[in-house]
Parts: sequence; C-alpha cells; structure tokens
Amino acid sequence: MSFTPLNQRDESEREPTDRDAFTPGIEPQATWCPGCGDFGVLKALKGAMGDLGYTPEEVLLVTGIGCSGKLSSYFESYGFHSIHGRALPVARAAKLANSGMEVVAAGGDGDGYGIGGNHFIHTARENHDVTYIVFNNEIFGLTKGQTSPTSPMGHESKTQPHGSAKAPIRPLSLSLVGGASYVARTAAVNPNQAQEILTEAIQHDGFAHVDFLTQCPTWNKDAKQYVPYVDVQQSDDYDFDYHDRREAAGMMHDVEDALHEGTVLTGRFYHDPDRPSYQEEKRAHGDVPESSLAEKYHDEDAEWERSYDLLDAHR
Amino acid sequence: MTGEIVWRIAGGSGDGIDSTSQNFAKALMRSGLHVFTHRHYPSRIRGGHTYVEVRADDEPVRARGDGFNFLLALGDSFARNTEENAYYGNEQAKPLAENLDDLRDGGVIVYDEGLLDPSDIENFEARAEEHDWHVYPMDLRGLARDQGREVMRNTAGVGATCALLDYPLEPITELMRDRMSGDVLEANIRILDLAAEQVEEFDWTHDLRMPEGSHDEDQVLVSGSNGIAYGAIDEGCRFVAGYPMTPWTEVFTLLSQYLPDMGGIAEQVEDEIAAAALALGASHAGVKSLSGSSGGGFALMSEPLGLAEITETPLVLVEATRAGPSTGMPTKTEQGDLEHVLYTSQGDSCRVVFAPGNQQEAYEQTRLAFELAYDFHLPAIVVYDQKLSGELRNVDAEVFDREPAPDLGTTLTEEELAEAAHYATGTFERYQHDPRGAPDGVSPRSIPGQADGRYLASGNEHHPTGHISEDPDNRVAQMDRRLRKLEAIRERLDERESNQVRHGAADATVGVLTYGSNQGTVHEAVDRLVADGHDVASLSVSDLAPFPEREVREFLDSVERCLVVEMNASGQFRGLVQRELGACGDILHSLLKYNGEPFEPREVVEGVEGLDGGDPATAGTRYVPAGSD
Repeated sequence: MSFTPLNQRDESEREPTDRDAFTPGIEPQATWCPGCGDFGVLKALKGAMGDLGYTPEEVLLVTGIGCSGKLSSYFESYGFHSIHGRALPVARAAKLANSGMEVVAAGGDGDGYGIGGNHFIHTARENHDVTYIVFNNEIFGLTKGQTSPTSPMGHESKTQPHGSAKAPIRPLSLSLVGGASYVARTAAVNPNQAQEILTEAIQHDGFAHVDFLTQCPTWNKDAKQYVPYVDVQQSDDYDFDYHDRREAAGMMHDVEDALHEGTVLTGRFYHDPDRPSYQEEKRAHGDVPESSLAEKYHDEDAEWERSYDLLDAHR
Repeated sequence: MTGEIVWRIAGGSGDGIDSTSQNFAKALMRSGLHVFTHRHYPSRIRGGHTYVEVRADDEPVRARGDGFNFLLALGDSFARNTEENAYYGNEQAKPLAENLDDLRDGGVIVYDEGLLDPSDIENFEARAEEHDWHVYPMDLRGLARDQGREVMRNTAGVGATCALLDYPLEPITELMRDRMSGDVLEANIRILDLAAEQVEEFDWTHDLRMPEGSHDEDQVLVSGSNGIAYGAIDEGCRFVAGYPMTPWTEVFTLLSQYLPDMGGIAEQVEDEIAAAALALGASHAGVKSLSGSSGGGFALMSEPLGLAEITETPLVLVEATRAGPSTGMPTKTEQGDLEHVLYTSQGDSCRVVFAPGNQQEAYEQTRLAFELAYDFHLPAIVVYDQKLSGELRNVDAEVFDREPAPDLGTTLTEEELAEAAHYATGTFERYQHDPRGAPDGVSPRSIPGQADGRYLASGNEHHPTGHISEDPDNRVAQMDRRLRKLEAIRERLDERESNQVRHGAADATVGVLTYGSNQGTVHEAVDRLVADGHDVASLSVSDLAPFPEREVREFLDSVERCLVVEMNASGQFRGLVQRELGACGDILHSLLKYNGEPFEPREVVEGVEGLDGGDPATAGTRYVPAGSD
C-alpha cells in the first residue's frame, strides 16, 4: 500500500499533537516585517492544528499571492503556493479529489475580496468543506501600500492620491450572502481568540471563512493596530444569536461600519451547523464517491471502466 | 466519388436537423455504408440557417465532399423577419435559397411546399434547368400534421429521401424503434411510409441512387468530441471541471455525464480560471484531471496553465477552437488559436500540444496527452476545432478495445518516499536539480497525504523542496531541468509510431503540409491529384509541441515546393514551421481559409494545381505565395 487513507479517524478520538510539528526543523526566516500581524495567523494555525491532533502530512495549505501567500512557506505541511486570487479553486478541488486531507486556504484581502472575489462568492455559495483565512490588513502590502478593497473611503495612497472614493467591501456580509456556513472575524492581536476561532473553523463541515485582521506596521501606519478589540461573545454590549441569519446579517453590517469608526469587533458572526457541506450534498446526489477518489489510484483491485463498453449508443 | 450521395438536410436551428441527420447517418452506417457528417449552424437557440451534410459511399469517406447532390429543404419554424432586405435576409426562404450555390449539377431537391415557396427565390426555375436539378415539391408539413405533429416533417423528409434514392426504410424504422415508443413511434412510422409512397406519384427524372456497401468489422459512429472524452476515460481521468462554451461544451457534457457514474467527479464552475485551477488542484491531490474551453475561455486559463508548468503539476487541457478574435463566430470553425495555445501565459512555455487529425487520433492523442502529462509533470493540450468536434464518422469499434491506463505516472510510494532525499527541515525534495541522475529531468512527486512526502508546490521559482528561491544558480538549474523534459518527450515520441501521417506519391515533388483536422480533406485531395498524374504527397502534423523537426524537415527536403494548408488568416502553422526549422527558403506557399467553413477537397486540389501559375485561391480561400511573409 503506497497511500495511507488519512483523516478517517473520528475527531473525538484524536489526541492533541505537538504544534511544533508544524514548524520546520530549520525554521525559514520569515520575510514578514517586524510587528506584522501575519505572525499571529501562523501561530494560531499551528496551535489549532496541534489542538485538533493533526499531523503535517494530513494538512494541505493552499495560499494565494502577497505577504499572506507566504504562510505556506513557514507552516510545515503539504503546501501549495498558488497564484493571486486562485487559492480557493485549487483548494476546493483538492478537497473533492482527496477528501482525507484537511484543506485550508489563505490569502490577503486583495487576493480574496478583489481579484479572487468571484471564487470567494462561489466557494461560499457551494459551501465547500474548506477553511478560508483572509489576512485583512486593509492595504496592498507586498506591492508597497496601495489602496485595497477593504481600505476605508478616503484612504490615501500612491494610487489614490486624492483619497479613495470607494466604500470598502463588506467581507462578512458578502460571505453570509454568498452562503458561507461559518463566518468569524479575529485579530492578530488577540491570539487566544484567534486560535479558538481557527479551531472551530477547521472543525466546521462546510465553508468556514475567517476574516483575520492583521496589522501592517509598514504600509498602513495610519490604520488601527486593532486594539483595543472587543470579543462580541464576551461583551454584554452585544446581544445577537449568531445562529440566526437575520440577526447575524444585522450584526455584521454594524461590525463592518464600526471598524472604520475605530471600534474593533471580533468573534463569531454566523454559524449554521446544519447546512450540509458541498461534499455531502454532492454525495447525496450520487456525484462523488463514498471514499476519497485519490485512494482509488493506489488500489490495485480497483475496477476502471473503459470506453469500449459505452459504444452501444454509437452502433 | 462516383456513386456517393452527399445529402444535405436544411432548416432552422431548433427544428431537429441535427438529430435527424445523426439518425440518418447511423442508419446508413448500419446498412453497410461509410459516412461522414458536416454541420453548419448559427449561434442561436431557435431559428436561423442550419444544415447538416451526410456524405455516404461504399468506400471510406474522410471529409466533407465538394458541395452536395441531394437537398432536403425543410422550413425554419422560427424564421424572423421575412423581408428580403432584413438584416439577416428573408429567413423563411433560406432553407431553400441559401443551399443552391453548392448543389451539384444533376442534383435532387425535395422541399417542403408547406413552408417554402420557390417564387421567393430569384430565377429558381431557370437555375434548376441550367444545372439539371430534379425538383420534387412535397407538403411535408401537411403530411406530418395530418398524421401526427408538425415537427414530424423531418421524418416525412427522410421517407421521401429514402424512396427517391431507392434506399430501404427498414434501417430507419429500426432506429426509430430503438428511440421511440407508443403513439409517437406509430405516427413517425406512418409518416415515413406515406412520404415514401407519395414519392412514387412523381415522374422520376433523376439518376442518383444510394450506393450499397457492407462492413466486415463492427462499426461505431463517433465525433472528435467522443474520441477525446473516451480517450480521457480510458486513461483513468476521473475529474473534469469546466464552464460552457461552444464548441468545448461537447466534451464537457460527455464527461459530465459519464464520470459521476464511474465514481468520478464533474464540476461546472464560475469561470474558466476556476475550471483550470480546479483541474490543477485535483491533479495535484492525486486524481487524473481534465479541463478545457474554446478560445475566449482558454485565454482565462493562461494563469493556471503557467502555474502547472512551474509547479510541474500534470494537467490535460483541451482547446476547441472556433473563429476568433474575441467572440468571433462562435459556431464556425477555424485554426486561429494555434499560437495562443502554444505560447499563452508568461515566461518560457513548457508544454505538450497535439492536434489530432481525425476521430481516432482524437482518442489516441488524448490518451497520449495524459500519459505524457503524468509521466513528465507538465500540461498537455489537445487543440482541435469546431470542425473535428462535431463531425461524425464511422470507425471500427475495435479502435476502442484497449486496456485502461489509470497509472498516475511518475510518483513515489511511501516506502520509496521514506528513502528519498529530504531537506534538513524534513521536507521532501520534490524538485531536485538532477533527479536520480535522470536525463529526462523528471523529479518524482508525492501525493498529499503520503507519509514523508510533504513539500511546497509554488508558482514562485523554487528550491528543491519547493520553497521560494531567487538564487541565480538554482533558477538556471530548475529552468533547464524543466525544459529538458521536452527533449525527453520528443525522444519518446520519436521512438513510437509517428503521429505525423505521410500520404500520397512516393517520389513527390510537390508537398502539401497541414495540421490537425484538415488531414482527411488533404488526403482526399492528394488521392485525386495522384490519380490525375500529379506527383504529390502530404504530411499531416499532429505534434505541435515538442515539434517533430526531423520529420518535417525530411518531408520538406523531399519536395521542391510545398503548399501549407490551414484554416486561419495569417498562416500561423507556416510560421511555426519556419520558426522551428529556420527559413526553409522559398518553398512554402500558403492556402488559407478563414470564412468559418472547413476546406472542401477541391479547394486543396485547385490550390496545388494553381502552384504552377496564377492565383490558385478559389472563392473561399486565400493564396499566399512563398517569400511573401
């Protein structure tokens, strides 16, 4: 047997693994700037995968392009550093084809909400069993500080010298309307919550979208460092049921507005544990095999249909 | 082409012209004839000038014919403006009016007088007399309406056709019984019989009769799209992702219908960027995958295509070319995407490209594309066109009687991975500079999930573990290794039966060079020329990348002049030959066609005959003499 079926274990039987397993033996020098929020994502992801009992070979991390895209360089697992905006289509196909893998996609706000916006909406709509982490720093960092889809109106940059006339995109609302079944926002400055939310997102069977506020100390100096932050589940000031779509929608709208007024609200904003994932829906339609398709190629007893047996329609 | 029948059924889009013609072709095949179909249809759902030709003979037929000799003109149920000066002309009259120019002398016309009036057509009677056409007006619509439903007029037309050609009705009724039942079946059979009887009332003046033939081998009627889909299935492809676009939709539809029932996965997604990225993601994850599109959609695949090249992810793409640029003519054929397919995406190309010449080659070269993609870790593209996509032809069933080959290519087992080279981080060295000392440059891959196999696939230039590297020496080593794979592929292709087909006189002085779907047309033209005493031979090329330099050079060295036949306006294939072989001197002449219609054999014949002087181009073609580019 050259291929071991993975991730077949019941999650409850998993024991936490060493999070250091996700740190390369000789850690590559991360190329992020000192004080960058991206370090927070890396740490939270390692912690979540360790808590959940995964080993590096069970995880496929697909990233886009930008500072965020380098996450796969510093996280030890199967990795795919893809192209700008296209992490989601690569990730969701890998999950469909090799369903034993735990698949996580990650990218920046320009990557996910700008150039990859179409894929974001459709992956949410289809509710693929993939976790999607969007590093949201409200700026294009690696290209040196241009206005991004989440930059606030009036944001001045080299490409918007008079200030942006565009209202920022509403990532949480967009995700909800798209069809995501788990939507949360966390911040690099809140490591405990970040790890908890990533853990929940990975456990969730369906499309789990985490808008991860990652401060950019180099190109977005004017922006908040996302402190102080409020965890809406911990605060008495916010009372909404994040399992209720309407209440979630209202809350998300407020949260998105609040960010640009200086209030950083984080937490879980929507969770529908009952919506079947795309894989489950497709299986119910008889459109995906019961076991991981990738395993079939390693099964010497597998039967392969041939076209010769389909020819009656042509006779 | 003595006794052949080229039957053209014409009407409106949405009137069942296509399915009627397919059944007629199949009936002819079952009764022992060789058949070949040619489709012409507009880019609309309902209405508009549509026809299908079924060419039938007792000898193998390899192409559409020169014009046709039997017209069945049905009405267009959805004809728009009937004014003569309307933007699209008088659509009501088109099934008759638009089909007269290519009707051969001595031909037969059956038209539905319930829907068509020859007085709408200028000089109809005079033209019929001049060309010795034999005209049989029949109220096909009325007959269908009286006995069943109006849409059954196609059946009435087929009944009349059979009777006039002295062809038995049994093969037709047999097919109807396979597909229909109850009242619908009975009504159709009644209409078929009555139409055949009505024909007896005419005073027959025509000589045409359906030839008689027989097959020694089990025959199947297949299109190029069938060949591609079946090739993919037999090579173990179980994942397809796509977005609808004519004519790629045919392969996409076939695989979407077959794969889920075979335990595979079919995904219709938001756009073609996603489609190719999904196929790439599934392939990376260990499932043999295919995506594809036509010109505009393929343009969107440029990014994932380049990603497959640098990450060395096996990927099979198909490109069903239609007339461009941009939306161009969506339902018309062209070979204008050759350069697009060869060079699209940034950086130096590292891909395999095949252009199959017929249905059987579509099957075989799709299989070969999978074999090479998975053995050598690169994208392999099958480029074909609207013409090959939809042309139906009878093929020996045993062509498909082969073993499946689901092997994943150059991968390692977990046992091998445990012994393989790893970096100090514990990461598998997926991209070794000098893998196993192997001259082919192929560094074996692992499949996500395998123990000891983790690595990073990156669109950035990378270190042997896949990590980003901009080190100059590493860059050159990786680039050279990737390109070395193409040389190894050329060697493998040269060791097996060639995909280039030479046809014609042994000691030819005049050559015809073509590629892809023109093969059958060129072969027919060469046979006629040789029969007329010309010393002509052709070479039909399928390997576009890596290019079969030696074979093409030997062919060009063996002739004094050569006509390059291709369906585009700028001679892209001629340009490729010159790029690959060097200047070639003043021997390459071009015969181009880009009006949306495939070549007829006579156009190639006239092109070759014209090389001796004058402009050999006919109405639909353009001649570009040697040295003019």
